[in-house]
Amino acid sequence: MSQRVAVVEKILSANDRLAADNRTRLDSAGLLGMNLMASPGAGKTSLVEATVRGLSGRLRMAVIDGDIATRLDADRAVAAGATAVQINTGGECHLDAVMVQGALEQLKLDQFDLLLIENVGNLICPASFQLGTHLSVLVASVPEGDDKPYKYPGAYRGVDALVINKIDLLPYVSFDIDHFRRGVELLNPGLTTFPLSCRTGQGLDAWLDWAGVQVEAKRRTQT
Amino acid sequence: MHELSVTQSMLEIALRHSQSAGARRVTDLHLVIGDLSSIVDESLQFYWDIVSQGTPAEGAKLHFQRVPLELICLACEDRYLPVGQDLACPACGSAQVKVVTGEEFHLEAIDVERETQLESVR
Repeated sequence: MSQRVAVVEKILSANDRLAADNRTRLDSAGLLGMNLMASPGAGKTSLVEATVRGLSGRLRMAVIDGDIATRLDADRAVAAGATAVQINTGGECHLDAVMVQGALEQLKLDQFDLLLIENVGNLICPASFQLGTHLSVLVASVPEGDDKPYKYPGAYRGVDALVINKIDLLPYVSFDIDHFRRGVELLNPGLTTFPLSCRTGQGLDAWLDWAGVQVEAKRRTQT
Repeated sequence: MHELSVTQSMLEIALRHSQSAGARRVTDLHLVIGDLSSIVDESLQFYWDIVSQGTPAEGAKLHFQRVPLELICLACEDRYLPVGQDLACPACGSAQVKVVTGEEFHLEAIDVERETQLESVR
């Protein structure tokens, strides 16, 4: 004899609760958290470097780098001038709120204005796990192809801004930016988008200005 | 592919609810999974069999209720199930659409065996 017990609980509710705790910690320290997601090789670390270099006079920045192995990315963020913590997930395909909680403990949060979290390179799993950041940013890149919004809807749906990196390669690869943008529009209407090249610096200023404005807006709600 | 951490969460939720219901064993889990949630049924069952070993939910059967992706057009308010890759509104062609269903991912219910029921059978 078995009996039905109603549950109705989101499977990832435990992660969501921890993410809310992380958010509270960031809020009480007064810094803005940004979750950067992308496929491997899209240029997350290059964007982190460019952001740290571009804003270092104005903002104090910390970086949490998520990777399956190595601390190559954290080293690059440190070389660019940020304080960085590396998380090695040991095979897990995404960061989750528990891992971020551990990394937050290694940072003196009240000494920073902006926290960049570089997620594991993957367009599927990171989208399902909230970390507690205030903003999520997807970094796409031209060589990946213009069909990615259609193939990975989950990644494009929940984000607050989109970077299209490597636009300096547009003349060399077949990437129909209108087709790409239509796919994005279907999933995330009116999404703030920054076409740029971390390599040439083209378009970077608009991204840096936006990031700066987000930190300012956060400060204003804080006080 | 994050079915391992997902099954660990499922186990934690199922055991917590079965314990508060005073149950001895969990025999079935009823999951509701939207088509947008990128979860593979077979893979979930594979990891479930591993993580549930040695727990009161060992060997429990997973039941999947799949929820199709349904969209609503913000321009003409047509509700539709998209076919293939094209998510645009089939009625007016608008790209301004919103997800109605398809993002679900929760544990709806569990079936349990209670101590007392077992004794009454004896």
